[in-house]
Amino acid sequence: MSTATVEKEVVKVKKAEPLFSKKNKKLITNPLDIDNPITVQVLGVCSALAVTTQMKPAFVMALALTVVTASSNGIISLLRNTIPSRIRIIVQLAIVSLWVIMVDQLLKAYVYEIWKQLSVFVGLIITNCIVMGRLEAFAMGNKPGPSVLDGLGNGFGYGMILLIVAFFRELFGGGSIFGFKVFEAMGIHYQGNGLLLLPAGACIVVGIVIWIQRSMNGYRETH
Amino acid sequence: MEQLVNIGIRSIFIENMIFAYFLGMCSYLAVSKKVSTAFGLGLAVVFVLGVTIPINWLIQNYVLTQGALAWVSEDFATMDLTFLQFIVFIAVIAAMTQLTEMVVEKFSPALYGSLGIFLPLIAVNCAILGGSLFMVGRPYNLAEATVYGLGSGIGWMLAIVALAGVREKMKYSNVPAPLRGLGITFILVGLMSLGFLSFMGFSL
Repeated sequence: MSTATVEKEVVKVKKAEPLFSKKNKKLITNPLDIDNPITVQVLGVCSALAVTTQMKPAFVMALALTVVTASSNGIISLLRNTIPSRIRIIVQLAIVSLWVIMVDQLLKAYVYEIWKQLSVFVGLIITNCIVMGRLEAFAMGNKPGPSVLDGLGNGFGYGMILLIVAFFRELFGGGSIFGFKVFEAMGIHYQGNGLLLLPAGACIVVGIVIWIQRSMNGYRETH
Repeated sequence: MEQLVNIGIRSIFIENMIFAYFLGMCSYLAVSKKVSTAFGLGLAVVFVLGVTIPINWLIQNYVLTQGALAWVSEDFATMDLTFLQFIVFIAVIAAMTQLTEMVVEKFSPALYGSLGIFLPLIAVNCAILGGSLFMVGRPYNLAEATVYGLGSGIGWMLAIVALAGVREKMKYSNVPAPLRGLGITFILVGLMSLGFLSFMGFSL
């Protein structure tokens, strides 16, 4: 009898998975490719298009979003059993806006120039569908640990697309990367392609990124 | 009066929420498969923008900005509550969408049925919060802010109905398989945005 309970306990201990189990690693890697928030789930597109004219603001924006998603995912997941489902949207909005206010004040204090460039888009993280989408789809039904990882993963997936789009737009639109004039340093005279800096250019670059990604990973949409 | 017409035309065409600022893209891409639903969501956005922007203007100018609370008492004259902007605005927007939903449900069940889930979704549409945040950055008075709100909403509706019209016809074209769906939609939005760029030449 006693050995049976001991065995049961051993099994139980085995079941409690380590933080970086295979399943948890997937939470980080899936959003980078087959479950990407922008190109597959179609979430958080507004800011992805608007802040990508240069790499620096795109990088700061990606960082801000990752922090907000991961931390609000964690907090909502801790509270998930006490939030009444009828008022959950407003509870989620309140927690997300607290984090966004903190990020906003930090950016304003330490990187004022970039904060000015991002203008309303830091505030718009509140209504960024990635944050709300992950809270609804993951944090409301999972433990805090995996929820934080899921938030981090989706933040990275978002940041990856942001940096790819910003790379092409800044390189071919302005001839520089992170403000460093690449073509000038190589001694080539380059006239920036203004179309890429316009809203229209952003949409077309994102469309092509989606095309390339989908022809590589085989994801198809049936229409 | 002339000023109001200018702001209206500017917010509908030149500073279009979608084509110039990419605001409200998520629902724009998700709900633009059929013209009729796109039109319904567009109307709801016009209404909510037209109501929340004046309300947020009043809150901004009588509660939040530095010295705005002077009408309460002299002690508050130096108070600066702008750091509360985000949370107050989003609360107003969420409350207004809830209210709209209840009013529509009570007085026009038919319209409520056809709008369905889109009404609560408006609370997290970035065009609404974005409109309020842009309004704060500009020196509008109450009437101008209202016109700006309605104009932005109409511009958004115009954009979503136009895209839905194009996407309905896309069924008949032969798009490369990996580009189908989201990819080609982005390129369509890019081309439409290129068209709207021609309005930029107007100076009002």
